[in-house]
Amino acid sequence: MDHPQEQPPVTQPRLGNPAPAFEARTTQGTLRLEDFRGSWLVFFSHPADFTPVCTTEFIAFAAIHPALRSMNCELLGLSIDSIYSHIAWIRNIREKTGVEISFPIVADQDGTIARRYGMIQPGDSGTETSRCLFVIDDKGVLRAMIYYPLTTGRNMEEVRRLVQALQTSDLHGVATPADWKPGDRVIVPPPLTQEDADRRRESSELECIDWYYCKQSLPD
Amino acid sequence: MPCMNEDGSLSHPARALLRFISSPFTPELIAEELGQPLYRVRGGLRELMDAGLVTERDGLYVRTEKGTAALTD
Repeated sequence: MDHPQEQPPVTQPRLGNPAPAFEARTTQGTLRLEDFRGSWLVFFSHPADFTPVCTTEFIAFAAIHPALRSMNCELLGLSIDSIYSHIAWIRNIREKTGVEISFPIVADQDGTIARRYGMIQPGDSGTETSRCLFVIDDKGVLRAMIYYPLTTGRNMEEVRRLVQALQTSDLHGVATPADWKPGDRVIVPPPLTQEDADRRRESSELECIDWYYCKQSLPD
Repeated sequence: MPCMNEDGSLSHPARALLRFISSPFTPELIAEELGQPLYRVRGGLRELMDAGLVTERDGLYVRTEKGTAALTD
């Protein structure tokens, strides 16, 4: 009796942990996660090639790719389609819309990487990958995750803003408030001593609602 | 960059990479000089090393005799 090939279990990556390593066949050759070391990476899955919402997303990802690159951030797509399907779809997008898909796409036909990243959400998408997106920093640490259902295309401004916010937090040791955009004030870490709490209320550089909630401008 | 075409010949990006590393260079410098993303250079170098066309020492990559011969094929 034949036994189906054993598949790795579906796991959920965790924020703050190293992103799960992989080696994959992509539209730009065989790549490993470690090949992106030193740059940030937006690693995302889509349900299937040649589908309308995914096509709008790919065109939109291609549009923000130069901006992400200027932030030292690369893009990497994934679905469980074949490499030939990916190539045909990219060519179709170029032919029909003139848009060049400049980033690599993983052909994860056996779903190994998708399972490792928790990209398959059976309740939403059966055996396809959902619209999952992971921001991995330049040291290979998983910093953010966004999950969208099949029906809903992602917001590219939010993807870009998320990377900008994470990089800003790293660079300045701050947090970012709701709806933060570059140029907006940021949140300084809460004080750890009574003295610090008193001092920050007297600071002219801080805008404080109370001792635990202060904002400041960043240098240009 | 897929380094080998289906017929076993070197792809155009692989040729450019091999041609450049007649002397040892880091992947970072290769990427900068060739105007390629670093991840593509790293992936390409690994494929070329697997094919015996490139060798690495102390983080510097240089083409082998086999690599030089492949350029003349």
